[in-house]
Amino acid sequence: MNLVFYLLAALTMAGGLAAMLLKNTVHCALALTVAFAGLAMLYLDLDAQFAGFAQLLIYVGAVAILVVFAILLTKGSETPKDGVFSRTWLAGLAVAAAVFAVLAWSILQSVSRLSQAAQAPTVTVQQIGMALISRYVLPLEIVAVLLTVALIGAVIVAMHEKEGGAQ
Amino acid sequence: MTTLAGFLLVAALLFSIGLAGALTRRNAILVLIGIELMLNAANLNLIAFWRYGPHPEALTGMMFAIFSIAVAAAEAAVGLGLVISIHRHAHTTDLDLMNRMKG
Amino acid sequence: MIETADQIFVLLLHWLVSFLPAVLQPVASAVLCAAAIVCFFPALFALTTWLERKGLGRIQNRLGPNRVGPFGLLQPIADGIKSLTKEDIVPFSADAAVHFLAPIVLVVTVFMGFAVLPMGRNMVLADLDAGLLFYFAMGASTELAVFMAGWSSRNKYSLLGAMRAVAQMISYEVVLLLSSVVVVMISGSLSLTKIVAAQNQYTWGLPHWYIFTPWGLAGFVMFAIAATAETNRSPFDLPEGESELVAGYHTEYSGFKFALFFLGEYVAMFSISGLGTTLFLGGWTAPFSFLTWVPSWIWFFSKLMLSIFVFIWLRGTLPRLRQDQLMNFAWKFVLPMCLLNLLVTGLWRFLGDGWLRWVVCSAILLLAYVGIALGEQRKKHIGPRSYRYAE
Repeated sequence: MNLVFYLLAALTMAGGLAAMLLKNTVHCALALTVAFAGLAMLYLDLDAQFAGFAQLLIYVGAVAILVVFAILLTKGSETPKDGVFSRTWLAGLAVAAAVFAVLAWSILQSVSRLSQAAQAPTVTVQQIGMALISRYVLPLEIVAVLLTVALIGAVIVAMHEKEGGAQ
Repeated sequence: MTTLAGFLLVAALLFSIGLAGALTRRNAILVLIGIELMLNAANLNLIAFWRYGPHPEALTGMMFAIFSIAVAAAEAAVGLGLVISIHRHAHTTDLDLMNRMKG
Repeated sequence: MIETADQIFVLLLHWLVSFLPAVLQPVASAVLCAAAIVCFFPALFALTTWLERKGLGRIQNRLGPNRVGPFGLLQPIADGIKSLTKEDIVPFSADAAVHFLAPIVLVVTVFMGFAVLPMGRNMVLADLDAGLLFYFAMGASTELAVFMAGWSSRNKYSLLGAMRAVAQMISYEVVLLLSSVVVVMISGSLSLTKIVAAQNQYTWGLPHWYIFTPWGLAGFVMFAIAATAETNRSPFDLPEGESELVAGYHTEYSGFKFALFFLGEYVAMFSISGLGTTLFLGGWTAPFSFLTWVPSWIWFFSKLMLSIFVFIWLRGTLPRLRQDQLMNFAWKFVLPMCLLNLLVTGLWRFLGDGWLRWVVCSAILLLAYVGIALGEQRKKHIGPRSYRYAE
């Protein structure tokens, strides 16, 4: 539990909090990007280099930009007149606090039974590649089909309907 | 408190923040941002258990996290497409106003 | 003697670091390498601005700058003094925090890419196992900085320029990644040092660079196209060419922040040229086996400057592409050719050594290219030019 972990955890949580609390939607999206970057560095701290770089490439490089484009296409950067939190915000906050309480209690209860710091595993990209082709080939193919379907579906859902297309 | 417990607590906190945001914000896109935070917290959980678990050479946790990243990206794309489509129809993304099935 | 000249920077680093206690040595070594990169590439940027203005001037049949020093060589210094002393104007309604952070994010992510480039034998800052993936992760983060710059200016023209730039960069990012995957397929590793080592062999005096194979040549051409588009260089510079006409994403920036954007663009050009050199042109290896006595870092930087020269040449020669033309080009032509290149690379590996694989792979790529080009041409019906006069 060294200094690097505390700094990265603080950065990630600050990003997450800012993403959920700020008024301006684009600021929220940028804070989310900070949270993603902090998480990628936490993965690097856990010796999961492939996952960390993939997180940066996919989340910061694609999903964040997707969110920003969606905000701009739905005029989200204008501040709403009724406030940014819904009428039932207290119930939502209570539920989230309860969930955190349960999770934290279960973690702290079982801390003695969790294993100590093991030797850092040396994972090469070659091993990941071999695992993807041998043991995880079915999920790989299904994810390929899923991504294709999601791409085509998202384009169709968000496309402009042609005039008179409802007839 | 061990390192693993520290990572799990960070993941749990991030999950709760995402959940709180998804349940309290009005804008549909911010709800999707909350959902992305929750998925990322689960990924952190997976990688932390992979690193400090019994068999890290089996790569199970890392594989699960990588597939989860791919699926979350696809889900974000479809969700944001839906929000754009709804905005085009109802001219608002305010979830408090979208409480009727009638179009 | 040759060894010493080749490893001179490594030996210098070891000597400087040996003054410190052993605990601090890895950190000090990394810090010194990073400092060297941060000092050297901006100096190269200054030289390149001079080279570009002179080169463009000569292509356009005029002299470039020639007043400030012999042959205008001190022009970058004059430009630097101007940029640094200009007033830093921030628009009243601009989003101050994001406006301030955008050039910083751009410069940081662009410089991070240099950490994995092997600039000579044993001269890598960080020999990562997934080095290529790290490079692309940093490149993808650059797009966010462009968006931040355009949106925070609260200027419709800036936003439009930023959206166009981001759309262009995302489309060509896909092409960049796919055209690099073929190199990974053949060399079997994402580590850039291993990719260079795989090209460090000679047959009859000629090197095993990937550009001398059919799939490598196709991959290199597509990589070069994508690199020109990623760095917003002509002929793909609509997002910044608009600044000459209307506005671009860095229109509301002045003084030092504008200089940072300029620096970021040129350093991105160096970075991606370095990557292209490493992947396709053999990195720090010499072109002929009898030239291996020349230090490796001289070869790397010569190839880098050659790529920069080609960038400048392209800028002076080709007209600018319109936004819809460049998006069509990316998605409808270059991307299918990239996928075909993947197939051809698989065939290359599968057919085994010999002359057969050269013939088959070259034939498939040439037929596809000519076929698609002819097919597109036939659709256009370009007839004799017609004029319309006012009645």
